[in-house]
Amino acid sequence: MRKTEIAVIGGGPAGLMAALAAAEMGANVTLIDRNSRLGGQLVKQTHMFFGSEKEYASVRGIDIGKILASEVMKNPKITTMLDSTVIGYYPDDGVLGVEIEEKKFVKIKPEKVIVATGASEKFLPFKNNDLPGIYGAGAVQTLMNEHGVVPGKNVLMVGAGNIGLIVSYQLMQAGVNVKAIIDAAPKIGGYLVHASKVARLGIPILTSHTVKAAYADQLTGALERAVIWQLDEKWQPIPGTEKVLQVDVMCISVGLSPLAEILWQAGCKMKYVPQLGGHVALRNENMETSVPGIYVAGDVAGVEEASSAMIEGRLAGLNAAKSLGYDNGTYAEKREEALKQLESLRSGPVGEKIRQGLAQLVS
Amino acid sequence: MRIVNHPILTFEKGREVEFTFNNKKMKGYEGEPIAAALHANGVRVLSHSKNLHRNRGFYCAIGNCSSCLMTVNGEPNVRVCTEKLMEGMVIETQNGRGDLK
Amino acid sequence: MLAVTGIPTTEDLATRMPPKERLQKGPVVMIECFQKIPCNPCTKACKRNAIQPMEDINELPRVNFDNCNGCGLCISRCPGLAIFVIDETYSDKESTVSLPFEFLPLPEEGEEVDLLDRAGVKVGRGKVIKVKNGKYEDKTPVITVTVPKELTMVVRNIRVGGDGK
Repeated sequence: MRKTEIAVIGGGPAGLMAALAAAEMGANVTLIDRNSRLGGQLVKQTHMFFGSEKEYASVRGIDIGKILASEVMKNPKITTMLDSTVIGYYPDDGVLGVEIEEKKFVKIKPEKVIVATGASEKFLPFKNNDLPGIYGAGAVQTLMNEHGVVPGKNVLMVGAGNIGLIVSYQLMQAGVNVKAIIDAAPKIGGYLVHASKVARLGIPILTSHTVKAAYADQLTGALERAVIWQLDEKWQPIPGTEKVLQVDVMCISVGLSPLAEILWQAGCKMKYVPQLGGHVALRNENMETSVPGIYVAGDVAGVEEASSAMIEGRLAGLNAAKSLGYDNGTYAEKREEALKQLESLRSGPVGEKIRQGLAQLVS
Repeated sequence: MRIVNHPILTFEKGREVEFTFNNKKMKGYEGEPIAAALHANGVRVLSHSKNLHRNRGFYCAIGNCSSCLMTVNGEPNVRVCTEKLMEGMVIETQNGRGDLK
Repeated sequence: MLAVTGIPTTEDLATRMPPKERLQKGPVVMIECFQKIPCNPCTKACKRNAIQPMEDINELPRVNFDNCNGCGLCISRCPGLAIFVIDETYSDKESTVSLPFEFLPLPEEGEEVDLLDRAGVKVGRGKVIKVKNGKYEDKTPVITVTVPKELTMVVRNIRVGGDGK
């Protein structure tokens, strides 16, 4: 049985910052990630991030990922386990079951756990939504930006939130034609500067539209065309407004759902909060859940942005370390600063949804 | 189709290797996900569903959704979106649950 | 409406447009940012105190057009790619527009390109007079292109090569 002071599950922006913050205070950290490389979703984000310089604004996500990963690898207090999937948390013993490279099974007993497992893409129900060629938008981003393969020739993007808008832009950069971006809502949900960026590429953005059905090519058995239609003010489809789009790829970008399995296993009190993406753990300002010693950070704590994920990670790391007695004298000031940063990121009009979601977590 | 020139990214690939997909010889790069290698070879239909035999491709591409399960070197239910391509791999479409030997 | 199509209206643009007298003096910035989001790199990029520091990073960028000399250092720093530099004094018949362009192939200086409006529609042809693509730009090249004067406030994108469609 391996022992560690703080186990961080997930090496994305939240997990990387948590490990660094805890190690800075003096704690020993084991960072566990199921991929062969650190960075989580950062490795696909070719666009510049927003926020302030404290959140690496104007730096590309891929570069932020490299910076943080290299800091983690250099840090003597952080042990990194890659190709390692935490497949269970045993609450009676406080033990994590970890599968390494799908070959070896080890048990780790941490004193504190920070769960930073992120979130996964949602589906959308419509006729033939299971056809090959219909992918999550993040999946297409992985295929393109991580593995250098284009998903097809003509794309319909479903969802005009930030991910839908950004991935559409990145598809065009990779030489793929995006025929249209649709969203069931009457207004664009993502940042309007992203929308303007894709509009001036000639991609029409059609709000109040949704997918009616998808159809396969008889020969390939994969997607060949999609039928979209318009919705009225009551979000009901209007018969007669059907439009056919010849597309061999459909990207579904309708939101993410926290990957909260470990939190359920640990017995954390969970709540369904739509504004945060689904079931999230109740937690306090220190990112600690209802189970003492178990912290959350990043999208698993509530689907938001990479900038807030990084700060939540720092908060969780600081607090987990402090609870073990580690404080190099800067805990109070760093905690205060992190809380202020989060408030600043969430205080504008685009933070309304998150604020509404977080308000429901106050027990 | 593989991206050759990209305005922001450069792609570092391992060495080129051969593998088979349903007995057809194909080429890919060592270490990349099998699903990416198949996609680059124009293969998008990865398996079939158990009861209705509907075509299946990948969906999330990072190992969460189980849409991409195929049989690799005789072993069924391998998530090809995360499994790394190795020289000589025998990759087959799987029907339903596959055969546990 | 901007929030429905992603394309700013004339009224939206009026809120960000430099004053006519300033446009007649030389190159000047136009920041087409209309939504309060947490973001401030433009204020850090500006070395002339033309883009004012923000107390709250959700504020819209405030520009002192007299302090701005159109240097364009801010263009490649905006994560939203929403900043342009306009020079109406280039010649009698033409202005120039400097814009961020993250696509391949990059045009060469002297090349003729299609001029596109905010909806991606071709509105004319122009000549690329400068391509900045060094370490500072960090893979967000800045292209300066000539545009017919009447299209100064219309052209915000280019297409390299020619319109095959």
